[in-house]
Amino acid sequence: MNARRRVTSVAAAVLVCALAAQALVVRRLDRIRQGAPLEEMLYIGSSRLLRGLSLGFRGLMADIYWTRVVQYYGAKRRVRSVNFSLVYPLLEITTDLDPHLMVAYEAGSIFVSQQPPNGAGQPDLAVQLLEKGIRNNPGQWRLYFDLGFVNYMDRNDPAAAAKAFLEGSRVPGAKWWMKVTAAAMQSKASDPATARMLWQQMYETSSDERVRETARMHIVSLEVDEIVPRLEERVEAYRSRTGRYPANWDQMVQAGYLRGVPMDPTGKPYQLAASGRVEVQVPGDFPFATAGLPPGVKRPKF
Amino acid sequence: MTPLPFIAYNTYREAVRDRVLYNLIVFALLMVGSAVLFGQISIGIERQVVINLGLAAITLFGVAIAIFIGIGLVSKEIDRRTLYTVLSRPVRRWEFVLGKFLGLSFTLVVNTFFMGLGFFAAVFYVCGGVHRGDARLLAAIYFIVLELLIVTALAMLFSTFSSTLLSAVLALAFFIVGTFAEDLRGFAQMVTGPAHWVALGVAYLVPNFASLNVASSVAHDQPVAAHLVLANTGYVLCYSAVALAVAVLVFEYRNLK
Repeated sequence: MNARRRVTSVAAAVLVCALAAQALVVRRLDRIRQGAPLEEMLYIGSSRLLRGLSLGFRGLMADIYWTRVVQYYGAKRRVRSVNFSLVYPLLEITTDLDPHLMVAYEAGSIFVSQQPPNGAGQPDLAVQLLEKGIRNNPGQWRLYFDLGFVNYMDRNDPAAAAKAFLEGSRVPGAKWWMKVTAAAMQSKASDPATARMLWQQMYETSSDERVRETARMHIVSLEVDEIVPRLEERVEAYRSRTGRYPANWDQMVQAGYLRGVPMDPTGKPYQLAASGRVEVQVPGDFPFATAGLPPGVKRPKF
Repeated sequence: MTPLPFIAYNTYREAVRDRVLYNLIVFALLMVGSAVLFGQISIGIERQVVINLGLAAITLFGVAIAIFIGIGLVSKEIDRRTLYTVLSRPVRRWEFVLGKFLGLSFTLVVNTFFMGLGFFAAVFYVCGGVHRGDARLLAAIYFIVLELLIVTALAMLFSTFSSTLLSAVLALAFFIVGTFAEDLRGFAQMVTGPAHWVALGVAYLVPNFASLNVASSVAHDQPVAAHLVLANTGYVLCYSAVALAVAVLVFEYRNLK
């Protein structure tokens, strides 16, 4: 083997081994520093200072902060954490750096308002964030929708919600149903059908996949909450007439109480327990449902 | 006997002859000026300001030297035709590359040592004595030295195959991208399909400078974990080895005629 080939062999071997080793060490470093980048970012709490440090690249800095908000929120949701304390401070800095970053207001308000383990459970702060968004972007009807949404769903304040929807309906380009929704808010304080309508509108109008997924889960959960009590009423009616609970859905169908085997929103048949309880097969498919859950599955009430 | 120490020593001597260490005067002036200024303005964060400013200055001066000297280590020798004299002696190409790297690394260690002295003097002046958490500042300075080793290795690598200007641009680009390496890995986690693998590959190929920057933490008296020191040391050794191995391979096959 000549000298050049020997050097090539050694250098190639070092290259391959060191490349693999450095990747492994980076993974180890990421584990050691979990959460550190966010904490370090918050050491500079002054947006004015950050604007100076960004050397004019404020938009880029805001994008980086927004990315970290999403990472932080995603990581906390994955482990079903109840502590989302950094979401709002990071969002505040993000929107200070770029006051026109709409996704930070739209998705951010959902991150902040939803109850743990789906969000920070701070609807008042979500309202603050959205009001700031409206101040900076008065021509965006979508922010009024989000403000009305948080007021109605999370703060249980239909009057404030109606006001937000009404103001939003006057913004050029606003959807026609903003005015209708304002009227619905004024007439109904707390109504599952209105909640479902709002989540449906959120699902249809949001451009953020995480928000759409949250909306979808709420919609299917609300559907379960609506259907299960009705099914249980029919089961009870069957028992009143026959003196016993039905053994299966077929008996209910034959007795004329149902047209067919009832299916949940994911297409799986509801389960009929011996005690007449109606349950979903996979409770995890309906994370916000409060009805149709097998005994032992407890959920916070949203 | 291996010629490595001689090449390294000559590289150091050449850097000193090029008045590289003059940057220490600018650094000293900066530190004295900021210490006096922030020492008099009592706004409660003078210690943090001096620490952040000092560590940032040590990093930037070091990176500037590593890049601007590093990119010329090979190309300058070729332009001045001194490389042929060196290689006509019993010096192999890989020894030349490693010797140059060691020489510039030593220069940077010496430079950082003196800047570190000035930095501690400024912190001492502003705080009116030794603070309990000041030992952590040593860890921050050690991490800066590690960072400079990677920048030097990259500058060396680029200088083996491209012009000085392109080498400087590439080294600077790697320094900037490496500062955001953690975000790159975060992006990779958020996308799916081929984009995920491409982003992940890039994120692992660029240097990871984020974990080497503990300036904010130490300024806030946060401890630096021993296993972070170990992991960072291991990482820098591995990454520098990668860059130098590629540099050796490229230089070994480069046609110097």
